[in-house]
Amino acid sequence: MIQSSSPGTVCAGERTGRTCGDAMKCQQCDNPAVFHITELEAGNVREVHLCEEHARVYLNQSEGGDGGDPGEPGAVEGKGQKGGGLSGPLGVGQTAEDLAVLDKRCCDMCGITFFEFRNQGRLGCPHDYLQFEKELDPLIANIHGATEHTGRRPSRPVPEGVDAGSGTDGLTAIIGLRRGMKEAISREDYESAKESRDAIRGIEDAWTPPAKAGEENA
Amino acid sequence: MRLDTLTNSIGEWLRGTGPDSDIVMSSRVRLARNLAQFPFVSRATEQDRADTERVLRERIAAVPVGRELDYIDVGHLEEIDRRFLVERQLISREHADAQGARGVAIDRLEQVSLMINEEDHLRIQCLHSGLDLHGAWEQIKVVDDQIERAVSYAFHPRWGYLTACPTNVGTGIRVSVMLHLPALVITRQIDKVFRSLHKISLAVRGLYGEGSQAMGDFYQISNQTTLGRTEDELVQQVADVVPVLIDYERRARDFLVRETQQNVHDQVSRAYGILRTAQTISNEETMQLLSRVRMGVLLGLIGDVKLSDINSLLIRTQPAHLQKLRGGDEDSSDDIERARYLRRHFEGGDSPSRATAN
Repeated sequence: MIQSSSPGTVCAGERTGRTCGDAMKCQQCDNPAVFHITELEAGNVREVHLCEEHARVYLNQSEGGDGGDPGEPGAVEGKGQKGGGLSGPLGVGQTAEDLAVLDKRCCDMCGITFFEFRNQGRLGCPHDYLQFEKELDPLIANIHGATEHTGRRPSRPVPEGVDAGSGTDGLTAIIGLRRGMKEAISREDYESAKESRDAIRGIEDAWTPPAKAGEENA
Repeated sequence: MRLDTLTNSIGEWLRGTGPDSDIVMSSRVRLARNLAQFPFVSRATEQDRADTERVLRERIAAVPVGRELDYIDVGHLEEIDRRFLVERQLISREHADAQGARGVAIDRLEQVSLMINEEDHLRIQCLHSGLDLHGAWEQIKVVDDQIERAVSYAFHPRWGYLTACPTNVGTGIRVSVMLHLPALVITRQIDKVFRSLHKISLAVRGLYGEGSQAMGDFYQISNQTTLGRTEDELVQQVADVVPVLIDYERRARDFLVRETQQNVHDQVSRAYGILRTAQTISNEETMQLLSRVRMGVLLGLIGDVKLSDINSLLIRTQPAHLQKLRGGDEDSSDDIERARYLRRHFEGGDSPSRATAN
């Protein structure tokens, strides 16, 4: 695996302009490596050698990042600052076949494929963190240097009968049910659609905050 | 709410007061949150976005967040109004340029801003004048707690608050300060400072910089990681480094005054002279000159100009603000209009905050 920038390191992707030597192959497939990227990590220099296609994915991930905050328009130090760690799941060391299989895996709820996530740098729904847990784990460790949340937690208890260990994943199941309902309607399977609708209502009722919760102090 | 009412006011964070406000322009904390029952924004259908916007708008309106909020339907705003909100730091560029149902709830002091359907369903921001990270953090906790009473934020015991981008997962917190560091720029020490900041996991960005260039010596320092440490620790991480940067900048300013006073006085006076007399001036040059004048005011080289006036001009000379201030007059170019506005301001006749400059 590329153990790319650890948190706090400067990750300056840089094409050296070298052309491919005769023996150098892409670190991810058998194609010739035509991009030679130098990562600077806390004083250490690490080189990544990739074919054009994998380089595009790699650099695209390196430029992923924070998204918008007001008044945070231009990064002075530019690319790699935040998204550098996103190169983690690229999986140098994994075979092209492994990656092809991984890329096709998709979320049971929102339907996003791992390939789409790798390209966009954005997940599709909260369930992705569970669906792709194994793949996200090293990536998140790269970005944050940690894989366990130690901060604040929601004060509201989960509904009765729901496993607290799964967080709000039970509520996120609605996303999959909604998708299933639409598909059922489109194939005119109204019985399934109705079942999905009822299931959605059941979950919504269980998770709805007590009716007056927000109004007590209003 | 009518945006025109904002045109004639300035946000609380621009008033140029608060601890160390000679160097720290503002302190900001933001939290990224998502509703558990909807796909993240980039994966959401038009209907999902509309539903998310409606649920958040209605539920936020039903809880007391400590401030009276006005809601702006960003999805139906003209482009100039969206840019206007970006210039005031109430919404992000991404939010302004996005598609579909989205909005922002803000309070009258422009301290609290709740962006709906940005990259995440909800981005809560608290912006304070001067160095007041702990004040901003205490305020945002109240807002977050109140909203959490009415919605189910996507959360997992191991990963924390779940966000569209893994770079924000966990606490979802971004803590930042906007610093004015002209002396470190002039003495060419700024790059060294940035390199040290990177080593301790802090990011540096510019204010209104297009692409990679910071304008006017204004820099934003923020945390990069959001997981594995508590919010208090992450606030403290940024808070700890600010006094060091303030000290560097003060020392650099002292050095300039001590060793090159004539030179600095000349630079500052020329900057002031250009701002008062130019017939056409770009946004970038204006920021640069205002930065010099701001330093001159703080070094006592220019009298009669208030810090809040300079802060206000930094925002009011931005393109969308200028366009709104001049109304329907499309005849003159931005640069001509900007120069005209500056001249009028420094003549003392056209300052909404009553210019005391001469």
